[in-house]
Amino acid sequence: MTEHPKNLSRRRTLISLGSLAGATLAGSVLNSPLALAQGKSPIRIGFQVHRTGIGATYGRWFERTTAAAVKMLNDKGGIGGRPIEVVAEDDGTDPKRGPEVVEKLARQHKVDFAYGTLFSHVVIASAPRAGELKIPYFVVSEGYHVASGKMNRYCFQPGITDVRSQVTAMASWIFGKLGKKVTMIFPDYAFGYDHRDYFSQAAEKHGAKVLEKLAIPPAERSFTKYFARVPADTEVLYHVMVGPGVLTFVKEMGEHFGKKRPQIFGFIDSLEGVDMASPGLEYLDGTYFWEAFPRYLQGKEPGYVKDYRQRVGVNDAGASLADPKDVSTFSHMFGCWETLHVIKQAVEKSGYKDPTPGDYRKLIEALEAMKEFPAGIAHPQGAKRFDGRVHQCYGQQNISKVEGGKLKVVHTTKIEDGMYPAEADYTKQPL
Amino acid sequence: MSFGPHLFLALLEGTVTAFVLALMALGLSLVFGVMRIVNVAHGEFYMLGAVLAWACADAVGTPVAGFVVAMLVAPLAVGGLALAADRWILRRIDYHPESTIVATIGMLYMLQQAVLMLYGPDARPVAPPVYFVVQFPWFGYSGYKLVVAAASGLLVLATWMLVTRTRLGLYMRAAQQDLEMAQAYGVPARRVYALVFLLGAMLAAAAGVLIVPIEQAHYLMGLDPLLLSFIVVIIGGLGSLRGTLVAAFAVGLSDGIVSVFFSPTLAKIVATLLVAAVLVVRPGGLFGEERA
Repeated sequence: MTEHPKNLSRRRTLISLGSLAGATLAGSVLNSPLALAQGKSPIRIGFQVHRTGIGATYGRWFERTTAAAVKMLNDKGGIGGRPIEVVAEDDGTDPKRGPEVVEKLARQHKVDFAYGTLFSHVVIASAPRAGELKIPYFVVSEGYHVASGKMNRYCFQPGITDVRSQVTAMASWIFGKLGKKVTMIFPDYAFGYDHRDYFSQAAEKHGAKVLEKLAIPPAERSFTKYFARVPADTEVLYHVMVGPGVLTFVKEMGEHFGKKRPQIFGFIDSLEGVDMASPGLEYLDGTYFWEAFPRYLQGKEPGYVKDYRQRVGVNDAGASLADPKDVSTFSHMFGCWETLHVIKQAVEKSGYKDPTPGDYRKLIEALEAMKEFPAGIAHPQGAKRFDGRVHQCYGQQNISKVEGGKLKVVHTTKIEDGMYPAEADYTKQPL
Repeated sequence: MSFGPHLFLALLEGTVTAFVLALMALGLSLVFGVMRIVNVAHGEFYMLGAVLAWACADAVGTPVAGFVVAMLVAPLAVGGLALAADRWILRRIDYHPESTIVATIGMLYMLQQAVLMLYGPDARPVAPPVYFVVQFPWFGYSGYKLVVAAASGLLVLATWMLVTRTRLGLYMRAAQQDLEMAQAYGVPARRVYALVFLLGAMLAAAAGVLIVPIEQAHYLMGLDPLLLSFIVVIIGGLGSLRGTLVAAFAVGLSDGIVSVFFSPTLAKIVATLLVAAVLVVRPGGLFGEERA
């Protein structure tokens, strides 16, 4: 075949450059209608969101919840009379991209705060950059990394409890009701290690034993081979999985163990965003799940829970009102809602105005002084306690049983059940 | 679990992996062998097959009908896309080896992002057309996985027959051995190229339809199989179908055994080391022919 030297035609280049410029312009104009509408300079919240990558399902619901919370807050007058403007930036659920996104939000978009990161490996990669840039960074991540003291004074997790607290709260129920010989299956990165370490610790305290710890790489898509390594005398299989392979995981678990299954206790992370009626999940009937916030409406919830569900657009089964097949990440996304309310409270209490070191100091000190968040529309998952030394909140946990393809709450822990001695004190770090 | 059943499970897993891998890698190998292009978007054809299978199952309703429709629709639709890509992209850059790599990387991202926009970020399940659990004394195993292995085997066999027994296959082999000479003898090179690209894409899409009841359709699902297919094709020798099949079994079985007995991460390390070793000892791959 012959080789033709190909010239980039000038017209084509101009057209593509033109459309690029057009797209950029349209993007920036669409970003800021609120500010103009309300006449006051907005509080700009940078939203580091997992729009793509393995966290995309969570990311989409985090975005919807954030939009719903911002709409409600703005309708009620915003934060200290200023409207909230969210600047969202995708990090691809990628720890390499995370710090760049934080930097872009802080330097280019000049946001007041950065917020919203979920996946622990991205949080751990991004938080140091936020600390260097000295911008308050609110994560909604569940990992123990914030409370462990490994992050920095700018990093907070006020809207969702951490894994250590969750497993500590539920351990006595698990060992008491299900069995004392446990095999753990968890993802092979920070979030999974928190489960491994603190659940093993809890097991020791309760005289139980973790027989085997199976770490699974985050992008794994086939699991049968791991089940072969579950010891035969396992009484409880403890699973917590995330990412696109979760449904396969549960199906293959059913195929592998069949009727001779041990008791199964899972974290709802294994099925967030997944319809409980999906083919292959019948197997889970009679097994137990941790839920932060029950996906299915139990019927006894106070009015603000129903109000919250309505506002984030979720039906009684925890799926989108617009599409019942689009299931939410209900046990995690409330963290966005509650975090935004904590930000509002901190800004109003501290008199924060501008992203200056002085105002940041006032805001951070006000946050660290907070103790309680009462249950209500601002904290629909339930009341929380906040420990300013470790920048972490504590709340109640639920254990639900799968019955007829629905999750029914069988046990709710108290806030105290999930408390542990603080291992760090961020307030001693310089600002 | 004791050693015997453990090994048996490892072999089962390995065999299923090997058949699916063979189906995936065969398309990649054909495209490289005949057209001399490295198709980086091959995994996305597989992903599209899976996503279309979900769409068909969703539209049709019953699993069996959905599967049958998907088996027809997905390869045809993906094949059509491949034809368009061949006509409007690959032909325009004259199948130039370096440019096609860049072009197919571009296709990879465009397909991925288009699926993300239209279909969303969720991993969506598809019910298998036949479902049964084969209950061994020590563990249960998904019967559908065995069906997948068998169906992949049949498709691989059919492709093999096509290449070795038909006129199109003869053209393909001729174009592979010496393009200019083949053209001199009247082989319609452009049409053969288009058909090979179409066939490669259809095989990948079929693999996607077969796998989706096991794995769920997800917009990023094409990346891992692409990597493994490359490993298989490199070990087997670029362009050699026999090499591809042998390598698919070597990689599939070693993956099954190493990942069951040790760890899946180690299995990937072993596969990568295997590639390095083959490249050092036989730079053309196990069955790779010397090129002029």
